[in-house]
Amino acid sequence: MPKSVLAKLLWLGIAILGASAIGGIAIHRGESINAIWFIAAAACTYLIAFRFYSAWICAKVLVLDETRATPAERFNNGRDFVPTNRWVVFGHHFAAIAGPGPLIGPTLAMQFGYLPGTLWILVGAVLGGCVQDMVIMFCSTRRDGRSLGQMARDELGPVGGWAAMIGTMTIMLILIAVLGLVIVNAMKHSPWATATVLGTIPVAMLIGIYMRGIRPGRVLEGSIIGIVLLVLCVLGGGWVDHNQTLRGLFDWSGESVAWFVMIYGFAAATLPVWLLLAPRDYLSTFLKLGVVFLLAISILVLAPDMKMPALTQFIDGTGPIFKGNLFPFVFITIACGAISGFHSLVSSGTTPKLLPNERDIRMIGYGSMALESFVGIMAVIAACVLEPGVFFAINSPAGVVGKEAAAAVATISSWGFPVTVEQMQILAKEMGEATLFARTGGAPSLAVGMATIFSTTFGGTLLAMWYHFAIMFEVLFILTTLDAGTRVGRFMLQDMLKYVWKPMGNVSSYPMTVISSLIFVTAWGYFLWQGVKDPLGGVNILWPLFGISNQLLAGIALSVATGIIIKMGKLRYAWVTGLPLTWLAIICTWAAWEKVFSPNPAIGFLSGAASMAEKLAAGTLSPERAAVAPQLIIGQRIDAALAFLFAVILWVVIVDMLRMSMRMRSGKPVLPLSESKYIRTRLDESMISTGQHA
Amino acid sequence: MIGAELKQIWQYLRQVSGDDAYERYLAHHRQAHPGEPPMTQEQYFRKRQDEKWSKVSRCC
Repeated sequence: MPKSVLAKLLWLGIAILGASAIGGIAIHRGESINAIWFIAAAACTYLIAFRFYSAWICAKVLVLDETRATPAERFNNGRDFVPTNRWVVFGHHFAAIAGPGPLIGPTLAMQFGYLPGTLWILVGAVLGGCVQDMVIMFCSTRRDGRSLGQMARDELGPVGGWAAMIGTMTIMLILIAVLGLVIVNAMKHSPWATATVLGTIPVAMLIGIYMRGIRPGRVLEGSIIGIVLLVLCVLGGGWVDHNQTLRGLFDWSGESVAWFVMIYGFAAATLPVWLLLAPRDYLSTFLKLGVVFLLAISILVLAPDMKMPALTQFIDGTGPIFKGNLFPFVFITIACGAISGFHSLVSSGTTPKLLPNERDIRMIGYGSMALESFVGIMAVIAACVLEPGVFFAINSPAGVVGKEAAAAVATISSWGFPVTVEQMQILAKEMGEATLFARTGGAPSLAVGMATIFSTTFGGTLLAMWYHFAIMFEVLFILTTLDAGTRVGRFMLQDMLKYVWKPMGNVSSYPMTVISSLIFVTAWGYFLWQGVKDPLGGVNILWPLFGISNQLLAGIALSVATGIIIKMGKLRYAWVTGLPLTWLAIICTWAAWEKVFSPNPAIGFLSGAASMAEKLAAGTLSPERAAVAPQLIIGQRIDAALAFLFAVILWVVIVDMLRMSMRMRSGKPVLPLSESKYIRTRLDESMISTGQHA
Repeated sequence: MIGAELKQIWQYLRQVSGDDAYERYLAHHRQAHPGEPPMTQEQYFRKRQDEKWSKVSRCC
């Protein structure tokens, strides 16, 4: 048989397998379904989309040109502009885009059942997220590796530029606050987790000193030593947990952990990067790649059954983890893993400076996002292997199901997800925790799921170790995002404040560094504090806000991309980015509208504030709730203003892009395409990343 | 040959982690700016780290 026929048959086989796996998942209504179906459905979807859709976009819409020199070749300086082997760039890009988002969002969205989340992760990624990452990477590569903000300014005008800048900064604020809240919920009243995480700080500093002073630049050596020390931290945490006197020292309340997170973020943003931030990033990156790989292998070997139903009754908006209907909230809850606007900041400005050749944009841009989406599918599996009753007991805030264990299990069981107090006690004991009730935020339930999978795969023991290893892994790389975000946020703030007072813009001045870091930490700290104090656990407020802000950033990126495609004279292909943009615009506006104006006080911020004010005035709140109520009322109003602002910024950018496109159609002048001039590549495959010049 | 493959994996690891970045910088520097003294390993490492962490290099 000729090769081409064989290839066609192979792709036909993949298509049939993928379609039957998705069909199987969608119509299955039994007791449980095997996780292998999800792996098969996901793998086939990504393969087909990559092989056909991404190739079509690259050939017809972007018209990648492999003879064209990339910015890495043209500006090679041996530091940030370096033509680098494509698999190395793939590794860098994936490590940069894969954060805690695709693990947490899908976990929370499982309150609707596995079906909606899974479908959105698959469809959203191949038609939206992957396309966004790839097209933005292409645009930046053709523009000397410029950032999204600069491209927005150059291509759409100052309005687009400002919107991108404000959008990026606000998403950073909310992102850090919500991630901080996830850490708080994972660490509070858990001496083991707290001791382990505290132990990782001197470890990171030690590695920083090692890499700077003892063996400069020896990254691999340092990281290997660091990983060994991290495992020792987990063991040490366990020892602390079993020591009755030490235990109390690390048994922190939510408020204490929140203070710790804020002080830590401030310290990491103002200390030199080599001491804490950079070494910890090496450790967390290795750990992240290792754990993701291990999880994939374990799921394949174990082939666990998924116990969550396909759909739960909570699609009507009454869910315990967060309130709101399936439409639009599943699309807001799962941002990372489907479409994450944040990626456009790495796809522009960073990765294009390493690309050896334009044709690699397809694999690195589209492929990395497909892989991250796959991580999201694994989070779905880890959440759904838990008994639904257990899943809801861990993830439902005390304000919804009741503070007492007996009340909580009664409420959850009454929903049709049976769970008992004994079951939860045994589980908590196995995981080395005092209790697992109301550990909201997604990280603990993910850790329970991962610990169950790992422990069963590797002989069925050491559950508590695996659980705390998983918690450490999650906290470690959330902290990396948190400090890196605070640092970048500080730079952005200084960049904006310099228009108010010029000396503020001096990034190397120490007083300005301290002042701007303090302002930025206070800003996200405010939202974090609000989340910690909220009786419903805070996730209900902060996660949807984060989802909306992330989709807003994706909307800005897709508007820039659509504008560029139209300016390239490819109006008939503008739907490639226009379609996901339209979808996001609808979802984002709808969700923002509900979050601001819904008359249901559990969903709408304004009605939530009003209802709390009413109860406060009537004196029906318990004394402890009444004490925090005034703060929460103001907080909810600020949240409403923020959600409203997000929707306004999104529409300003979309209208700006449409205005530009209309002008172009009617032949009026628009800003010229800012693409750099064609220069023929002189780079030879063998020279890439050996540092040689042609 | 397993030895050759292991060596390739090792080289990939070194590149992806940035372990050999300074060696590559030196090679680049010799070609592009012959005669000028290159940065020391410590100077190079610090400069690269500062550059990396003053822009968005980690997502959510």
